[in-house]
Amino acid sequence: MDQVSLKIHKGSFTAVIGSNGSGKSTLAKNINALLLPTSGAVYIKGMDTRVMEYLWDIRQSAGMVFQNPDNQLVSSVVEDDVAFGPENLGVEPLEIRRRVDEALKSVNMYDERKSGPHLLSGGQKQRIAIAGVVAMRPDVIIFDEPTAMLDPKGRKEVMTIIKTLNSEGITVVLITHFMDEASLADYIYIMDKGKVALKGSPGEVFSRVEEIRSYDLDVPLAVMVAEGLREKGIDVPTHIVTVKEMVDYLCQ
Amino acid sequence: MIRDITLGQYFPGESGIHRLDPRVKIVMALTYIVALFLVKDFWGFFFAVLVLSIIIKASGVPLKFIIRGLKPIFIIIIFTFTVNMFMIGGEVLWQWKFLHITREGLFIAVFMAIRLILLIIGSSLLTLTTKPIHLTDGIESLLKPLTVFKVPAHELAMMMTIALRFIPTLLEETDKIMKAQMARGADFESGNVIRRAKSLIPLLVPLFISAFRIAQDLAMAMEARCYRGGKHRTRMNAIRIRKGDYVAVFLLILFVVIIVAEPSIKGLLV
Repeated sequence: MDQVSLKIHKGSFTAVIGSNGSGKSTLAKNINALLLPTSGAVYIKGMDTRVMEYLWDIRQSAGMVFQNPDNQLVSSVVEDDVAFGPENLGVEPLEIRRRVDEALKSVNMYDERKSGPHLLSGGQKQRIAIAGVVAMRPDVIIFDEPTAMLDPKGRKEVMTIIKTLNSEGITVVLITHFMDEASLADYIYIMDKGKVALKGSPGEVFSRVEEIRSYDLDVPLAVMVAEGLREKGIDVPTHIVTVKEMVDYLCQ
Repeated sequence: MIRDITLGQYFPGESGIHRLDPRVKIVMALTYIVALFLVKDFWGFFFAVLVLSIIIKASGVPLKFIIRGLKPIFIIIIFTFTVNMFMIGGEVLWQWKFLHITREGLFIAVFMAIRLILLIIGSSLLTLTTKPIHLTDGIESLLKPLTVFKVPAHELAMMMTIALRFIPTLLEETDKIMKAQMARGADFESGNVIRRAKSLIPLLVPLFISAFRIAQDLAMAMEARCYRGGKHRTRMNAIRIRKGDYVAVFLLILFVVIIVAEPSIKGLLV
């Protein structure tokens, strides 16, 4: 990565988009000190990731959900897996119990708490992984392509959970290459060859259709429709980026 | 198909035996095995069988389930039985050419067979009535005092937990690779032993690579969730000794005393 400089505000929903090898995953792993910058610095709540003393505080404040739902669950019992994070933090047993129940309810998986990961669908496994991070009470959750390996149903479930968590005050950083997911964010960074190529609100970013396509990326469906309508002479405002906004606009 | 596999051979239940502290159960199973080697005569075995039947009854595990567990070692039992029967010298009961059965040989053969069967049933009762995850917790807790001698108790338990978790995942992976190789013309089913072993190479190499990849992913996910070994770690469901466990320990001590004292008790009676 080269000259990447960005600020993520508390409570915001930021999406990072880029094609394969654009450095978006590297960026994600730098946020919670899984990787350390060779030059420059990353600060989480004012803590420098290069300082060893802060390591565990940083990883507690900045949780991470990975791409493969299978390879991030530790235990063969759902609730034990969710307890793994708090157990590592040395939380009291009764408090762990409370957090685990709360976290499982927040991802709608409480009824499956005694089940085994191998009996669940991909979307359900990913929700367990999210619960495992939520139980650590993080300020930020970084999602590294959380829906890349899921079917459409699982993808929808996970995106709904992400939106809900964000509305409850958790800062969300979503690494993705699905444009429709990114269009839900407050702020978007587009990465290309290790650099930030474009940034801004979804409206600003997706108004530059040609530029986005030059980075081997697509634009969201609604933006494509808007582009087509504009060619036909209908003046659609550029802030319309999600399907829902498009429907609302067209039906007014 | 793979979704149906059970982990270990745990038989779900809510019996008193199921609810015992895993540590108590591990100690019980080990003691029982050792006790079997102290038994020297028929009455001792009779007592050991009686105790085991009471435990089986109390655990609610169907007998058929337990017998099924004996199947894989059936050949070993038959083999030791035959060897003991023919090889031990003493008072000859029956002879045909160079083969002979002696009184002592027959006794030892029967005792050995009973001992083996009880040994297997005794230890399989432990895994039948204890969830694998509780078993690893129990082992960790029992090994904890040995950390003074640098025995990595927590690490061993964590390894077992992860192994249990990834058995289904790796089976699924094997299935996937096998199908992919078969689609490209690999043949896993015909030919002699050597050919078949060779044909496993295109299955094993990708499987190992993917196992390493999974391990790498998992290690990163664990680190991201603040895993830093056993230090400072707490447990949500810490195992606790309860009233039933004291009763079990008391009965265990009683059992050992009776087994050890059995020859002299018999001496007093006769």
